[in-house]
Order: sequence, then structure tokens, then C-alpha cells
Amino acid sequence: MNHRLTRQELLRRAAFGAALASVPGFAAACGGSSGSSGASGTTTQQLASTLRFSNWPLYMDYVTKTKRYPTLDAFTKKYGVKVDYKEDINSNSEFFGKIQGPLSRGQSINRDLIVLTDNEQYLALMLQKGWAEKLDKDAIPNIKNLVDVQRHPGFDPNREYTLPWQSGMTGIAYNSKLTKPILTIDQLLEDKSLKGRVTVLNSWADTLGLVMLSNGDNPSKITDESFKNALDRVKAASDSGQIRQFTGNDYTGPLSKGDLKACVSWSGDITQLADPKLKWNAPKEGGMIWTDNMLIPKGGNIYTASFYMNYAYTPAVAAKIAAYIQYVTPVKGAREVLAKTDPELANNQLIFPDEATLSRVHLIDPEALKNQKYNEQWQAVLGA
Amino acid sequence: MGFLHRHRGLTPYLLLAPGIVFLAVFFLVPLGFLGQQSLESGDFAVGYSFTWAWGNYWDAIHQYHAWLVRSLLYAGLATLLALVISYPLAYWIAFRGGRWKNLLLVMIIAPFFVTYLIRTLAWQTILADQGPVVRILRDVHILGANGRLLATSTAVVAGITYNFLPFMALPLYVSLESIDKRLIEAAEDLYASSAQAFLRVTLPLSLPGVVAGTLLTFIPATGDFINAQLLGTPRQAMIGNVIQSKFFNLLDYPGAAALSFTLMAAVLILIAIYARVIGTEKLTG
Repeated sequence: MNHRLTRQELLRRAAFGAALASVPGFAAACGGSSGSSGASGTTTQQLASTLRFSNWPLYMDYVTKTKRYPTLDAFTKKYGVKVDYKEDINSNSEFFGKIQGPLSRGQSINRDLIVLTDNEQYLALMLQKGWAEKLDKDAIPNIKNLVDVQRHPGFDPNREYTLPWQSGMTGIAYNSKLTKPILTIDQLLEDKSLKGRVTVLNSWADTLGLVMLSNGDNPSKITDESFKNALDRVKAASDSGQIRQFTGNDYTGPLSKGDLKACVSWSGDITQLADPKLKWNAPKEGGMIWTDNMLIPKGGNIYTASFYMNYAYTPAVAAKIAAYIQYVTPVKGAREVLAKTDPELANNQLIFPDEATLSRVHLIDPEALKNQKYNEQWQAVLGA
Repeated sequence: MGFLHRHRGLTPYLLLAPGIVFLAVFFLVPLGFLGQQSLESGDFAVGYSFTWAWGNYWDAIHQYHAWLVRSLLYAGLATLLALVISYPLAYWIAFRGGRWKNLLLVMIIAPFFVTYLIRTLAWQTILADQGPVVRILRDVHILGANGRLLATSTAVVAGITYNFLPFMALPLYVSLESIDKRLIEAAEDLYASSAQAFLRVTLPLSLPGVVAGTLLTFIPATGDFINAQLLGTPRQAMIGNVIQSKFFNLLDYPGAAALSFTLMAAVLILIAIYARVIGTEKLTG
């Protein structure tokens, strides 16, 4: 109702906050937040002194010995912009819960760049609520390197607000020391030898997507019936004690410790753990694919964030990041860069899936994500 | 000074004022907002509006009574366990602690120097399937070959008991410590056996501590969600988990608010019954 007031308040705070940080930042915040992106290009676009970036754990190239992020360090060295990099996004819902308060009051969340997944409702909600800044595309010429399949997602048809960070696949991981290979959802949910040693992911697009494929249903076109069938199967497995827990990223610890024999898991996590006894595969009936998207929350420094996106979309940088985090990179040309230095990695299906692999993974139905009934029924199965 | 002299009757109110203002600002006002929110309807994307939606309460009770009952049960069990563990402990420290009293009390509080979350995560390691506790229990056949502790009701209740133990032990200690030892001597002089002296002198005199300890343990334990989340499975989920997921995952703020009020009402009713049975004078000592 007092939309205008809160917007003014936001501008005032954003400008003031940035002004405190640096004088160039002040100019950038004004140039950016005023929403006059139509007139951008020749306006005073200057980099802020610091880029505030929130991302998921294990999602940036990292050297354990020096505790440094090489590509971020290179960014700082080249452009003089420090990166305040925080690995504080562990779940879309929790992070959204944290930031929605300030955003709904028109306050800045003190971040220039955040990363949310397209297989839950929160990313679309950020755009719908007007809590994302428009990208400064003039600062992102490298957007031409965005792979074709990612150019027109339903939630942001012209990529005006978001750019993919990485994509990943959802499948099954198992501890080969404790169990025979687990290659199907049937085994995971019904094999008695796994009882109580199984976890599945707590976002329904991941878990029910796989179950729908196992049921012979299409997770890209969900009906009430296919949803219910998949849900009932997971509920039965949870009630019988086959499924021990519904997890986020935190399944990795118990899986390597041996508390779990098998679980629904994200592709890159397992390759990153580099534990030879842990195996990952997309189930025979098919796996799921999703994409984490960068966006600039309201009040963030548009130019600096866009400038960083451009940097991340340089094939050489994208190759370095992909080589480390082992998720699917959305940047064209990264593979060619890697092929020269590390041909084995360039042929890794988990980073650069070919047509055959891509034909086995599926996108979740975006309409179903917004269905509050589905979300409620899923939470009920989660026990709460 | 002159003003206070002339209006002596105001002094108690002035002394109370900071506390009342604090409670009003940080408890009553948010509670009012929460109450208002619990009667709103709509959805997150469009926005919620106040419509006297009493249906939220019906939904809360109708859909989630199982979780409510489970929470009260777990909290009750944990409170009882904490009492059974703490009473002998507090008794021993109060009457036999001697010069070690302070050290022993510090040891009870010591776990609190570590945050709640880390303490509970530590229990994950202790109770892990491949951990020492499970191995020993399997070896002595208390647990079956495939038995486990983590992700069971036992683990959740044990976790709550552990996390709230000091809230029980300390009030018990205070009330036992303040008992006049001569009363027990007098009872023995009058030919009471040790057991009789305990039952008719020590125990009744320590009841205020029991009441304070049980309330301090039971009330926060019913709303706890950390233990159920980290040590349990969906089948151990408590009402706190439901409220959390309604708030964060479903963005159903009115539903979460209505559930919170329902929980508060349930706890208040139980405490009213408890106070009635024990007698209110025991509450204040």
C-alpha cells in the first residue's frame, strides 16, 4: 500500500550504506538503484570497493592450504574490488526466511549477489515480489556465453534479473563399502537391507522428481495423480522406517561416516568429497536437473554485481570454477579451455554432460512448484 | 526526592516500572502482533490480510494435534527424567558437597559454555550408528545387531533431558541448600528414621525447587525443535518443527502464529492443572 514510501526508504538506506563504504560506491548505488536502467551505459558506473556475495557451501574454487578462493583473489587483484564471500546459504527456504523480513520492509540485506535454486518456489517469489534488481546487461557482454538451454527460463524469460551460477543433477549416492550398488529408486525405497540407512532430500522437486520417474510419470508435467503416487511412496518408506531423514546438504557427513548406506544426492557433492567408496549415479529411470541462479537482491550494488557476473562468465574463469566444484557449468567455452589442461575433466559427464546424459535428466514442472497444496502435503510427509 | 516523599505509595510502582515496560515492549506487543497475524488469511505471494480467520486455529488443532501431543509427551518424559537424575545430584551437592560445592555446580553449568546447537550435534556423534555407545549396547545385547539410537525417540528425549538438565538441577539445589539442617536433626531426635525424615521434612521443603525446576524444563522443552530435528526422524517431529516449517518452508505465517498460540494455550492449561494439584503456595515457596 505504501509502496512508494518503502521504495524511497530503500533508496535512502542503500545510498547511505554504500556512501559509508566508499564514495565511488555511492555513485554506483545511485546509478544502479534508481532503476533507470534504460538510461544506463553512459551513467556514472563505478565499482564499489567490496562485492558482498552469498553462496552455498562448496560452491567456489578453494585452496585448503592457503584458505583462499583463487578466482575471487584474481578478481580483486585485477579490478581492485574486494569480495566479502560468505557461504551462508544452506537451504533456499531458510535463506529466504532470513532475508524476506528486511526485503519486505524495504531494507537492504547487505548483499550484492545471492544464489537461489530454480527447483523451489523462492527464486520465482523473489522476482514476483520485486525484490530483485534488474541486471546491468551493458556490464555483462559475456552473457553471450550463456548456454542456449538456459536463455529463457519460465521465471525470467529474458534473463533480466538472473543468471545461472551452476546446474546440477539429482540422483542416488551410495557407500560401496556398506552396500551393493544402488541404481534404482525401487532399491532405495524398498530394499530391506538399507532400512534406516537411507536419506532423501528435503526439497520435493529433487526427491519426488526421481520417484515420479521411477513410477513412469513425467516430472516436467505433474498431475495431482502423479504427485500423489510419488508422495505416497515416499510416505510409506518414511513410515516404515526405511527413510531415516530428509536432509539438505548435510547428508554428506553421515554418508562418509557410514551412518548412511545410500541417499538421494546432488552430483557435485559426491565428486567433490573425492572418497573412492562413495559412488553417484543418475537412476536408471532418469535423474533430475536444476540450476542455481545468481541475482541481485534489492539494495545491492547492481553495477559491481553485474561486473562480477561478467567475470564469472569468462570461459577461463568458469573453467577454473567448474574444475573445482564439479557441477554443470552454464558457460560456453569453459569446456574448450579445460580440454587443453585437463582432458579427463573436460569429458566428465557430471560437469559437461553430453546429449545422451542430458536426455536422461529432467526439469521439474515450474507450475507445480507454486502449488501450495503440494508444498503442504510434502511438509506433512517431512513430519512437520 | 521531595516528590517521592510526598507520594510514598508510588515507590513500588516505580520499582516495578522497568520490568513492566520491558515486558510490555518485548513480550506483550510482539504477542499482540502474533495474535493479529494468527487471524489473517491470504497467501505469501499476494500478501496476508486481517480477516478474523478463526479457521486457522481449527486447522492448527485439527491437523497437528498428534504433534502437539507428542511434544507434550516428550517434554513430560524429559522433565521427569531430568528430575530423577537431578534430585539425587542436587541433594548430594547440597548436603555432602562440602568444599567442592562450587566446583560441582560449575560442572553442571559447564556444558552451557558451548552453544545449544553444538551440544546437540555432539550427541549426533556420540549416538552415531558406528559410535562407541551403540557398539557397547550392541555388545551387551541391549540393542539388536541392527539396532540404533540416533534417529529414534530415545535419542530425542535423551537430548532434551541433557540440554535442559541444569534448569532442573539448579533450582533444586537452591531449595535443598536453603533447608535448615536443624529441622532434619529435630526430626531424627523425635525418632524419625532417615527415610521418614526425608519424606516428611526434606522433600516437602524442597517442593518449591521441584516446581520451579519442572516448569523451567517443561515449558521450553515443549517448544523445542532442535533435538527432534538433529536426533530424530520425521516420526519424532515436534510441534516446534511444524511451526518452523510453516514459517520457513510454507511461508504460512498465520498458520504458524495460530499454532504458536495453540501451543501456548495447551502449556498454560497444563500448568494451571499442575499448580492446582500441587498447590499454588508451593510455586512461590
